[in-house]
Amino acid sequence: MGMIAPVTPKSWYLPSKPHKFCPGCGHGIVLKALGETIDELEIQDKVVFGCDIGCSLLAWNFFACDSTQTHHGRTTPVMVGIKRSRPELVTIGYMGDGGGYSIGSQHLLNSAVRNEKITLILVNNTNYGMTGGQMAPTTLPGQKTETSPYGRDPELTGYPTKGPEFIAELTPASAYVARATVAKYKQLKRFLRNALRNQMEGNGFSFVEVLSTCPTNWRTNAQQTWNFLEEEMEPYFPIGELKSPFGKGDK
Amino acid sequence: MGGARKFMAKIMEEPRKAFITGNEAVTWGALAAGAEIMFGYPITPQNEVMHYWTRLAPQYGKGFLQTEDELSAGFTVCGAVQGGKKAFTATAGPGNVLMQEPFGMAEAMRLPLFAVIQQRGGPSSGTVVYSQQEVTLTTFGGNGEGHRIVYSTASHQEIYDYTIKGFNTAWKYRFPTFLLGDGYQAKMREPLEMYNPEDRGIKMIETYPLIGLPGHIGDNREPQHLCNIYSLEEELYEVVMKVSAEYEKISPEIVEYEEKECENADIIILTHGVVSRAADDAVKALRAQGIKAGYFRPITLRPFPQKQLREAIAKSGAKKLLIAESAYGQLDRLTKQEIYGETIKIENLFMPGVGIIDYDIINKIKSIL
Amino acid sequence: MSLIKIALAGEGGQGVQSIAEILAEAAYNENKQTIYIPNFGLEQRGGVSIAFIQFSDKRIGAPKFNKADVVVALSERAVERTAIYSDENTLFVYDSGFKAEAAEALPKEAKKIIGIAAIDTANHELHPRVFNIIIMGAVIGLTNVVSFEGAKAALEHKLAYKFEKNPDLRELNFKALEIGKNMAEESLKEGVAK
Repeated sequence: MGMIAPVTPKSWYLPSKPHKFCPGCGHGIVLKALGETIDELEIQDKVVFGCDIGCSLLAWNFFACDSTQTHHGRTTPVMVGIKRSRPELVTIGYMGDGGGYSIGSQHLLNSAVRNEKITLILVNNTNYGMTGGQMAPTTLPGQKTETSPYGRDPELTGYPTKGPEFIAELTPASAYVARATVAKYKQLKRFLRNALRNQMEGNGFSFVEVLSTCPTNWRTNAQQTWNFLEEEMEPYFPIGELKSPFGKGDK
Repeated sequence: MGGARKFMAKIMEEPRKAFITGNEAVTWGALAAGAEIMFGYPITPQNEVMHYWTRLAPQYGKGFLQTEDELSAGFTVCGAVQGGKKAFTATAGPGNVLMQEPFGMAEAMRLPLFAVIQQRGGPSSGTVVYSQQEVTLTTFGGNGEGHRIVYSTASHQEIYDYTIKGFNTAWKYRFPTFLLGDGYQAKMREPLEMYNPEDRGIKMIETYPLIGLPGHIGDNREPQHLCNIYSLEEELYEVVMKVSAEYEKISPEIVEYEEKECENADIIILTHGVVSRAADDAVKALRAQGIKAGYFRPITLRPFPQKQLREAIAKSGAKKLLIAESAYGQLDRLTKQEIYGETIKIENLFMPGVGIIDYDIINKIKSIL
Repeated sequence: MSLIKIALAGEGGQGVQSIAEILAEAAYNENKQTIYIPNFGLEQRGGVSIAFIQFSDKRIGAPKFNKADVVVALSERAVERTAIYSDENTLFVYDSGFKAEAAEALPKEAKKIIGIAAIDTANHELHPRVFNIIIMGAVIGLTNVVSFEGAKAALEHKLAYKFEKNPDLRELNFKALEIGKNMAEESLKEGVAK
């Protein structure tokens, strides 16, 4: 009691707040940026928000927007099915790095090639959070996880997946591809806005990877968490717009 | 919606006799049923459903997407029906295996998904030709309780009729609904009569969206949150028990079967799908030879006409039930669990992956009587 | 007409499926019950192509059968592949052009084994392309599953676009059909009984 309620986006669904993500998790930041963007674009009634399985599943009733929960890796085809049959809707697929780059990679790759008019947001926290911190396609070389307890050895398991880079190669100029980070909120919002605008204007596939934090599975304190994001992840996963129909990429 | 009127247009002016393949009959049935979009991935023996659909659909303002795999075909259908569109897919064999994942989602979320399964031989890639080995998979596949409706057809007329009915069943009851055919039915040509459902007094169920609803959220409507995963065992228990009860409640309305000559039969031949054509011929031939054979065929494999089969057994006084199928005991297992407690002796004619003709059944009967 | 079961087999490209489809459609147009099913296994790419057709006045049961009333095998491999469909009631027809090689593979059981010179006739008297139409004529000559006029009408329907471009083709096809029919009728009188 006596707490000052934070300003929340209109498109947030308040009965599901406070949200269920761990303290220090980046999902809340991404979803706040997305909520504000939905408000600013005035598309709350037209949005269909689809969430994957993984930590992203906790967002199933996050928004006061029509939402649907899918299977691990299968958010992309569900969004494609909705968009193909209801082109007037604004479809937003929300997934983690495991769902997008591993189990659902064939859907991501092929929907990008087909330039599907959907927006996908992929949260990269370098591990499988919901299942207890296993190695993900995005786990950094040397990073310890439950299934790489001695650190990821690229000799054995390859190098981290650079999603936006490969999607940029697969898509035509009308697609939008960017990588943002929860550490740069204004830029994150601008990228999300561009990704939604690009769908709304019927241009093409829109994809934003967001670098995010997972202190629970990284076993880091606040300072270490932020350091890992900015000093380990960002150098490996460069931030910026890789492809944008809205003018010169913003690095 | 400029296209809406177009969808309402009749597919044919008057009933039309045709001599076509089963896959073509599926396509025409789907058109007549008002299907709006198909998602599919190539696999024999269902390919021609896509071939005919991609030729006919644009003429009627309907959509198609060839997806990257069967997972995607199933999930795009899940998406499209959530959007309120009459969507469907067709597959077989390993494609049916992959589609168990989206079929499970349709079960869990009560999505009105309609899929045509043209069975081929298995396990694995097996043969691309024919079998009845996808009975277990289609009725009880997935990590759930088999809350599905499965029609097993035996002629092109039925393929056409049950494609139309299948869409209606899916949308009326909101359980995933399947038309179970096979490679023979898919590829053979035989005559049938096609018609507009409305002209036969069949009312097509109006579709409606589960998401992307009209109105303003917070103003005149609530946001829709479709849930597919539960935090607590008890929550899931409640959901599954509720769905099970609903499924059991509607089952008597859905169950269909065909029964011939079961009064005073010494032996009842139980078959489904295309094999029941051979059983029908066999019963006629056996009766002509003075052997009292009866015929029972579940049209719905899920829900199974167990009450009707028990009654047929009781009234016939038959001592034996012969289950004949182009599989190694899939219909047999299904039947035994459904008529548990009956004491009639069950005999088998299992011919996995190959066709069964009247001759095979007659020989078997003569060897066991 | 009681049930008549026919298996037509040849190499891919010999047009076996085309004539099966035309025959089945002709019978359908004459209000007969008909089922036609191709074999479509992996064999459909580069193997023996087989068409199973059944004709009857009554509803037809299973789409395939164990033994045929008539088997027509148009290549050596087709003979080997289809011998299993022959029993003591079967007319087994093959092209006499490959007689020597195929003799071993010919079925042990048949009502009659008939060699007809369809390939040779097509090549020398007509045109190689109407080889399959000779065979279609032969099937009619052996079984009367459809009337000659009905077969001509079905051919006309199927090949209308070709006939339109080149009216000579119509005459060529009809002639092939007639030659085939006559060859079969002759062979029934004198074929090699087994």
